[in-house]
Amino acid sequence: MTEKMEISAKFDPQFGEQELDLLNRLSNALAVSGDEQEVRAIVYEELKEFEDNMHTDAMGNVLVTRKGSDPERIRVMIAAHMDEVGLMLFKEDGDGLFEFKVIGGVDPRQLVGKPVIIGRDHVPGVIGAKAIHLTTKEEREQVLKVESLRVDVGLGGSKLVNIGDRATFATSLAVLGPSLRGKALDDRLGVFNLIQLLKNAPENIDLLAAFTVQEELGLRGAKVAAYHFNPDIGLAMDSTPANDMPDFDGEPVSSYNTKLDGGPAIYLMDGATIGDHRLVKWLTETADAEGIPWQYRQPGKGGTDAGSIHKTRSGVPSVSVSVPQRYLHSAAGMVRIADELNTLKLMHAALSRLDKTIINPQERN
Amino acid sequence: METTTNKNETFQNLLQTLVETPGPSGSEHLIRQKIEQEVREFADEIYTDALGNLIVRKDSKGEGGKRVMVSAHVDEIGLMVTHIDDNGFARFIMIGGVSPYTCLGGRVLFMNGTQGVIGLERLDKDEKPSLEKMFIDTGATSKEDCKISVGDVCGFERPFLDLGKRLVAKSMDDRVAVAVAIEALKRIEITPNEIFFVFSVQEEVGIRGAITAAYGVDPEVGIAVDVTRTGDTPKSNKMEVALGKGPAIKVRDSSFIADPKVVNWMVREAKEQGMPYQMEVLEAGGTDGAAIQRTRAGVPAGCLSIPCRYIHSPSEMVDREDLEHSVSLLSALLSKGIQL
Repeated sequence: MTEKMEISAKFDPQFGEQELDLLNRLSNALAVSGDEQEVRAIVYEELKEFEDNMHTDAMGNVLVTRKGSDPERIRVMIAAHMDEVGLMLFKEDGDGLFEFKVIGGVDPRQLVGKPVIIGRDHVPGVIGAKAIHLTTKEEREQVLKVESLRVDVGLGGSKLVNIGDRATFATSLAVLGPSLRGKALDDRLGVFNLIQLLKNAPENIDLLAAFTVQEELGLRGAKVAAYHFNPDIGLAMDSTPANDMPDFDGEPVSSYNTKLDGGPAIYLMDGATIGDHRLVKWLTETADAEGIPWQYRQPGKGGTDAGSIHKTRSGVPSVSVSVPQRYLHSAAGMVRIADELNTLKLMHAALSRLDKTIINPQERN
Repeated sequence: METTTNKNETFQNLLQTLVETPGPSGSEHLIRQKIEQEVREFADEIYTDALGNLIVRKDSKGEGGKRVMVSAHVDEIGLMVTHIDDNGFARFIMIGGVSPYTCLGGRVLFMNGTQGVIGLERLDKDEKPSLEKMFIDTGATSKEDCKISVGDVCGFERPFLDLGKRLVAKSMDDRVAVAVAIEALKRIEITPNEIFFVFSVQEEVGIRGAITAAYGVDPEVGIAVDVTRTGDTPKSNKMEVALGKGPAIKVRDSSFIADPKVVNWMVREAKEQGMPYQMEVLEAGGTDGAAIQRTRAGVPAGCLSIPCRYIHSPSEMVDREDLEHSVSLLSALLSKGIQL
């Protein structure tokens, strides 16, 4: 690794009106896996300056190449997924009611009573359930199964939606003091950060940016994106649960995954990837050198696009970095703006001091 | 006879060295170094790929020969630390398939040399032990005093046992196959084949290393060498594989169906050598064969299995003669032109 600190010192990301506007559009967009067009359009809009080096591949990934000028530069793929978990209309029952399927990991307990938006026109609806007045005590103790729930678009609205339309929670991004509350921050924060990195990319790398599709269904888009780029190393920028609840019964929670205000979460191992030791060290050492707070994401389950990238072709050393978030995959997640900015800062600083010695086989674990 | 005895002793020493070297998935550097030292003088080319697979080429393709990939995984199951509490106890998750039952009373060895034992919280009546209720005690008296931290990796620790006809150790899965592959490499004198011995990583977490190794090697035929379960212990699962009845030729497991042409080739060779062999139909489990088969445009692949009792426990048992026959079968298969 070279010490190109002066480059990173110039980059001091802020979260002003312009940034809030972009994240607002990204978070409120409807892009359930398999129909990511709305977010894709925002990415294209934001990255007009790269239009000659940007294309949409066969699966719908937006792939952007931003070449550096250093002759010895390393080719770095960074993936952020555009899709979100959600619903798909499955069968019309008449009277404006639609049976639906869940797309990606949605907790059925989170669904009841939520307003939703459906399809490219954001037709409003609601996931209703029998009013409390009419339920028995036994019924109230049961979790309602997805099969027994319906999206109700109101009788007239049923002509505006179709079977196969995707739906998501009707949540608007809100700033709550030092925090942001919104839907689909998994992974629109990653998309947001990748846009910022492209616009401020250091010269010592080729930045191969993949705005991926269908991550929530099994890291599918990243697989073909990584095949296309054939990079030297791979990174996934994502969001991961923070279960940093207060001590219970005098016992601190030992499986918190991550904590808000702890800074970017660096992955050692999840269900899909064992982080390359050299890349983990590079990130943690950069954070320490730059005085950026960071935390390990506790080793555990789950997966990011790195799970697909590292198994591509003859193998790609890979690692993931996430913004910690409470209430992931629900109608409203919560993140700290400071964690988001520190993630961006860390990524930029780390990329700025990167060269090919990072993949020196002698350094591997 | 004396040379045979010496050979057996050397083989057993090699096996013991291999099983005693810790190397859970993702932390294969020590075991890779050991293997590299062992095979260097027999290799025409050695390299480590981007994920850490050690790839050892023997010979070049001659008349009637094929590019063959032989894959034995070097990683073992283990644990990774997720949290250290104020008193220095470490919580953990498994790397690969670890049963809570085999953890009870277990001893572990970290990659940094720290040792520890596994303890269990008080359980409610009828509650089954689970990894979430367990912790590693390294003898630390506080968080500050603890020599391990989040992300540190350990394997299980248990001495190697020579029980005469049978050998017992942790990590026979898959170090016994690594030893068989190394021994076959040493024995092959002349071959028309270009053989790539792949000592693969991260098999226990989802056959990951073999995926990238197979892509890189781009073989015409593939053989995984791995252990398989047996049905020869009291009230075991029904399975037609037993210790001491020779190498098992895999027909299928839950990760792939061995190519029938490869199965027949292995059966033909075992018959020709006049050695015992058995057919293996494994209900659950997977091997590197699955990754080789599905790489690029597809590769005929099979698996030579070594029967093993108590797989994924710290006391995995194999039969001494099965090992000898496995080496003979593998080296015979690789020494001749391959007609599928």
